[in-house]
Amino acid sequence: MPPAAPPCRRPLRHPIGRGGLWLIAAVLAFGGPAAAEIAPSGAASCSGCHGPPGDGGLVPSLAGRPAEEIVAALMQFNAGERAATVMDRIAKGFTDDEIRAIAEWLAGGGDQAAHSSQP
Amino acid sequence: MLAAGGAAAFYAPRALGQQAARVVVVGGGFAGASCARALKRLNRDLAVTLIEPSERFIACPFSNTVIAGLRDLEGQQFGYDGLKRVGIEVVPQAAVTVDAHARRVTVADGTTFDYERLVMAPGIELRLDAIPGYDEAAAEAMPHAWKAGTQTLTLRRQLASMEDGGVVVMSVPASPYRCPPGPYERASLIAHYLKTHKPRSKLIVLDAKDRFSKQGLFEAAWQALYPGLLEWVSLSFGGQVTAVEPADMTLVTDFARHRSDVANVIPPQRAGAIAAAAGVADQTGWCPIDPVTFESRLQPGIHVIGDAAIAGAMPKSAFAADSQAKVCAAAVAGLLRGEAPRAQKLVNTCYSLVGPDYGISVAGVYHPRDGLLAEVEGAGGVSPADAPPSFRAEEARYAEAWFHTITSAVFG
Repeated sequence: MPPAAPPCRRPLRHPIGRGGLWLIAAVLAFGGPAAAEIAPSGAASCSGCHGPPGDGGLVPSLAGRPAEEIVAALMQFNAGERAATVMDRIAKGFTDDEIRAIAEWLAGGGDQAAHSSQP
Repeated sequence: MLAAGGAAAFYAPRALGQQAARVVVVGGGFAGASCARALKRLNRDLAVTLIEPSERFIACPFSNTVIAGLRDLEGQQFGYDGLKRVGIEVVPQAAVTVDAHARRVTVADGTTFDYERLVMAPGIELRLDAIPGYDEAAAEAMPHAWKAGTQTLTLRRQLASMEDGGVVVMSVPASPYRCPPGPYERASLIAHYLKTHKPRSKLIVLDAKDRFSKQGLFEAAWQALYPGLLEWVSLSFGGQVTAVEPADMTLVTDFARHRSDVANVIPPQRAGAIAAAAGVADQTGWCPIDPVTFESRLQPGIHVIGDAAIAGAMPKSAFAADSQAKVCAAAVAGLLRGEAPRAQKLVNTCYSLVGPDYGISVAGVYHPRDGLLAEVEGAGGVSPADAPPSFRAEEARYAEAWFHTITSAVFG
């Protein structure tokens, strides 16, 4: 086992808040920076099952959900404290720090934030 | 120039003086199409070209339900308009040569495409040289249906026209091959079809392995749902098919000759032919890659993702292909900006239907280790053995939801 990682010092909520993200998305759509943030380790796989907001699917969308909520759910899955079909098996593959980074990225829109930067 | 031979002018006029990097993606399945989209999401200024000869993609996941008459093939088909809408240039041609030194792809009509980085997602080629007697003509009489499309419908038709009391024989290859649990899902759904419509019939599964994916769950379900109808013959008990005789629909093993009314021969496989042509496939027929960037171990500047890649512990699945596509896209976008690639974890989840309302799954988390993608210990695994029917029904619904989400994300 690798040594335990230092505690994550990044704030849970994205510092600019959710309203600010839509503003950034709007800036991107009108010719702002073309490059989107690269997903943290493991996060790119989430959208294999979790679709965009409002897709009405059985699997809940995660894009834009509060980071605290996603962290809490993943921690519970990780600890086997929350009923699941596959998320318990998947969450066990991630460290606390990785879970936080994934949650923050998803809270900021994840792949969907990148979608909205399309011209 | 970024595109040679007038290709740019023919397929998509580009602004004068545009200096965007060009990434070419060969293959428009889950891996290639997802990677093209991810590249465009990561950097909309990237010129992304997808080379794929088929106008429509026909998905393999859920195609076993088509064989069993539970679903129509139309629901498996997806076009490339969604990719075009986000600015991906889609070239409806087959890639025929790749010059890794010149960084140039040539397609069937002779047009060439220069690239800074090439992503190859050529999927699989069925080895019609592996089982004596199983050639192209034999594949019509004894369909493989391991690439979804006309083969899927041939097998469905043959099952539908078989008399009650007939014998269906399946042949399953040794690993590695596309979709490890796929043959057993197919066996389950064929058994469901026979139980429902032709209950005096029998299904024999001849396997070149002694163990398979989700085995305990499959075998328990077979015992519960299809007792006496489905017989699995392992390698040790003579399951390896050594020859086929399509003229009298016979599968030959070292121990017996199995006469069939319907035969489904899933032959051994290798990476799609263009992989060998590009020099990215090794003597195994598959493509060794770096587990962080998916760059070929054999040809710099070419990345290989999806079923064609040797991805260590990661199975050849659509979910894995999509995960790899997005990680590879991030690596490629970063490399083009001169950034050092970052190691990423990847996830796989594979659902199988044992019956229409009976789903089981296997999940895994993977990370680069010792030059390969290894399973993260303590994570992953299969559905619980003792789950109630409601759990199985829920997983069947999740399987469908997954298919809807991934196909919408990749092709929608």
